[in-house]
This record gives sequence, structure tokens and C-alpha cells, in this order.
Amino acid sequence: MSGRDAPAVSALLLRGVVKRFGSLTAVDGLDLEVPQGVVLGLLGPNGAGKSTTMRMLTAQSLADGGQIRVLGHEIPAESKWARARMGVVPQHDNLDEELTVEQNLLMFTYLYRVPRRRRAEAVARAMRLAQLDGRGGARVDSLSGGMRRRLLIVRALLHRPELVLMDEPTVGLDPQVRQDLWSLISALRDEGVTVLMSTHYIEEAERLSDEVALMARGRIVERGSPTDLVAKYAGAPWRSTCPARRAWAGSNASSTSRGSPPAAPERPCPCCAPRSCRTRCAGSSANPCAGRATWRTCSSP
Amino acid sequence: MTLEQTREDARPEAHARPGRFEMDAVLGVVAREWILYRESWRSTTFAAVVEPTLYLLAFGFGMGALVGTLAGYSYIDFLGTGIVAVSIMFQSMMPAVINTFIKRRFQHTYEGILAAPVDVREVVTGEALWLALRSAAYGCVPLLVAVGFGLRPGPWVVFVPVISFVVGFAFSLFGIWISAVIRSVRSMDYVFSGLFTPLFLMAGTFFPLTELPGWVQAGAMANPLYHAVELIRGAVFGGLEARAVLGHVAVVLVFIVVIWFLAVRQMRRRVVS
Repeated sequence: MSGRDAPAVSALLLRGVVKRFGSLTAVDGLDLEVPQGVVLGLLGPNGAGKSTTMRMLTAQSLADGGQIRVLGHEIPAESKWARARMGVVPQHDNLDEELTVEQNLLMFTYLYRVPRRRRAEAVARAMRLAQLDGRGGARVDSLSGGMRRRLLIVRALLHRPELVLMDEPTVGLDPQVRQDLWSLISALRDEGVTVLMSTHYIEEAERLSDEVALMARGRIVERGSPTDLVAKYAGAPWRSTCPARRAWAGSNASSTSRGSPPAAPERPCPCCAPRSCRTRCAGSSANPCAGRATWRTCSSP
Repeated sequence: MTLEQTREDARPEAHARPGRFEMDAVLGVVAREWILYRESWRSTTFAAVVEPTLYLLAFGFGMGALVGTLAGYSYIDFLGTGIVAVSIMFQSMMPAVINTFIKRRFQHTYEGILAAPVDVREVVTGEALWLALRSAAYGCVPLLVAVGFGLRPGPWVVFVPVISFVVGFAFSLFGIWISAVIRSVRSMDYVFSGLFTPLFLMAGTFFPLTELPGWVQAGAMANPLYHAVELIRGAVFGGLEARAVLGHVAVVLVFIVVIWFLAVRQMRRRVVS
């Protein structure tokens, strides 16, 4: 079945997905549905299971349990079909450094089976999108970090996918370069492409996403509009006192200063379990979480 | 661009049914290697030409002056054809071990390829196919050099590129399997010293196997390079019976089938968690 036959089908559907690595459960009964045309930010700290989830969507990691459907295709059985209709921006830069910008893109037109007559056009369009016009002949190892990341993103768009997975697309980049990449991702949203983007940065999720899902310990613990979630969880006092929350909120604190402090006093901390919250906060001199594990105690100065 | 155009261009229906082995995907991997090769052909060709030439010079002039004939051949004829087979092995198995390992472990190349509509079977086959094509071309180089040294081939020599391709495919798969088995760069020392050297020494390349102990001769029957050497000598000088040809071809083909399954299975273990 293809997405074209059933336009109402969800771009992504995960039900009770479990992934274990030995004794570690990386993804623990994950339920997630992403309608077509939506940009969903998957937000969470390291080890939350974001990258494992991304890898399962391309069948590079196989789930131990649950059901995954991508653009209506069962994963992993029909993964190849799904991959023909989606683009993936990996966390690792795997561009061929000795080749030029144009050659890197051209290689993937073959892998994505872009018809011969459209290859040149697809490469030119990608370079335009990445603002690399006129740099087609430049070797990748001569590009700046931001240019490389833009190239990595547009490489995933050569076949004009319906769905794009981005695994921390701006991690490690300076704020100006991130702003440039945000424009590129915004352009995708404007075109109606479904995007699942994992990120550490709450301001990135807020700026680019229609919806944000908070992931912790292998499951979605909260989902909603970026504004609501920021208002709910990204209050300044909590951020300033709890290291666990700082990890969740991202490294750039400037954009998280707005919004009200957490209103619900007795909610379990979504980004860290009571035990891990205590553990993570134990290093703080104030030790605000000691012995208590609620939003209120966690967020109290 | 509209979503409708997006869907039109993605054209999932243009692809084979999920799970089926697609030559388009294999050719996509080959095309990728071709683009990379266009940037590196000088150094690759240099190695492919200089190495067998040096072997022929050293052994041909050095040993050739001491050895008159071997197994009914002049030494340059015996050596020239042996070096064709060694060259095929080096041109296919070495890059299969080293490059495949680097792409998998350090460059994350396969993560990128497997995010496209390509599966592990197609990646392995495409990589091996490309190296086999390269071997078919470079396998002829030492033969041309040997002709310069006085080797006079018969009409069946036209089959040498075909033999080079098939043998190159076999050794490429072998190399890919090894690259997926080893866990670190250091392990390659074991492979090169413990596997490569015995393989090309115990194949009738530089001297006939008849002088070796019986158990070594028996072991050589399982060495695909020995069968490659026999096929190449048979093609260059003629005189190989049809039954013998079929026997050698059968061994190489069985080896290809077995090693393809092993390479795909091992590579899948490495790239799919």
C-alpha cells in the first residue's frame, strides 16, 4: 500500500515499540503518531532513545517488539519502499570529503533512483536550497561546518521525499549557523513535507515544530504545541537550579526564559525519573531535588 | 514545489516490491564507486601497473635466469600468468577488506546508503561488483607487461578479462566478509599475514604445487586462487581439458555462492543493530 492510495494515513505510526540492547531498554513501549505535513520535534536528553527511534524508522535498528509503520509501510518488512519516499539526515557527517559538493549529491541521485533526465536538475536544486550555488566544484573538506551540514540536509531531499527524518541536525553548530539551517528546515515545512526532528535544543523545537514530543527513558512523556510545553516546563527558576532540567532545556538558555514557571506542583519530572533526578541533582551545591521528586521540588530555587 | 509534485518524484511504485533484490540499487552502489574512482584512478592505476611490473622484473630476470622451465612452461610464461591471478586477488580482496572496513567503521558511509532504498544484500553485491569490474580491467595489465617480457598468448586469452571478473567478484566478497568479521584495524595484520600470504603462495603462482607436500596440495584444492591460476594459464596457453575447466569454474562459483551468503549475513550483523 502506498501513501498515495491512502492520503489520510499517518506519516509515522509507532505502537508499543520496544528496543533493548542487552540489559538496557533504549526504547520502552514507545507510542507515537505523526500526521502528514506536520513537523514534530522530538526533544530529550542524551540516552532518551531519540537516535534509536530514528534508526528503527529506517530499519537500521530492528525493534524487539511493537509495530512501526512509515508512510503506511510496515517496518522492517517494507522498509525499502518507505525509504524511497523519505529522506534521512544522519547525526554523523558521512559526506565523502575527497569529492566535490556536486559529486556528493550526484552519488545519492543514483541511490535514490532519481531518473537520469532529472539528476542534474535535482543536484542544482539541492545546491540552491543549501545556498551552495557556485560551489558545486568545491571539495567537501574545504567547506565550513555549516555548509557541510546544509549539504547533508539537502542530500536527503534530492528525491523530494514526503517525510524527512533529522537526527539532531544542528548539534555542535554555532548559533548563526543554526539560524541558517532553521531557515532551510522552515522551507521544508512550508512545502508540506512531514519532518521528524530530534533535538536537544528547546528553542529549535519551539521555532521549527508544529508539535513537540518530550522523550525520556525510551518513551514519550509529554506532547503538545511548543508554546504550551515551553510555558509549562521551561520556567527560569527550574532551569537555573536543576542540572537535569538544564540538560533537557538545552544549552542555549536565552530563548527559554519566557513562559511561566511550572504550574502543576505534583507532576513527576518528565525528563528524569524521581531517582535519576535525585542522582543528577546531587552534584549541585543547593541539591534542590534531594529526597523529593516532583516538579515543584525540582523547580524550587 | 507542491506536495503532489513531491509524491510524483518519489515514485514508490517505480521500485520493486519490498524485500526484493533490485539491480537498480546494486547499480546505484556501483555508480557511487565509479564517481569515487574518477577522483582516485591515477593512484589506483599506478599501483595496478607498477606492482606486477616489479614482480615480473624481479622474478622474471632474477629467477628466470636460474630457472629454465617450470611444469612445461618457460619461467616468464609461468610467472606472468601466476601474477595475473595474484594481481586480481590484490585488486579485489585488499580494497574489499580495507575500504569496506573504513566505510563501515569510520566514515559511516553505509549508514547513508542504507537510509536510501538500498539493503545490505545490494550494498554487498554492489561493492563486490565494482571491485570485480576493476579487477577485470587491471587483471589484464600484468598480462600485457608479460607480453612485453616475451610471453606469447594463444587465442583463448580473450577470456582472461571474464575470468578476472568472476575471480575478482569471489575475492571481493571474501574481503567484504573478512572486513565484517574483524573488529579493529589491528586485526588486519592477522588477515594479511595469516591469510593473504598463504593464499597466494599456495596457488601455483610462483612455483608448481607438485613440489609441495601432499597436505599442502590437498589444501590448495580449496583455494580459489589455485583454480583461478589454472583457468588463466589454460586461457592464455590453451591445453586445458573441458572437464578441468568445468571443475575449476564450479569450485569458483560454489565459493561465490557460499561467501556471498556469509558476507551478507555478517555485514547485516554489523550495520543493523
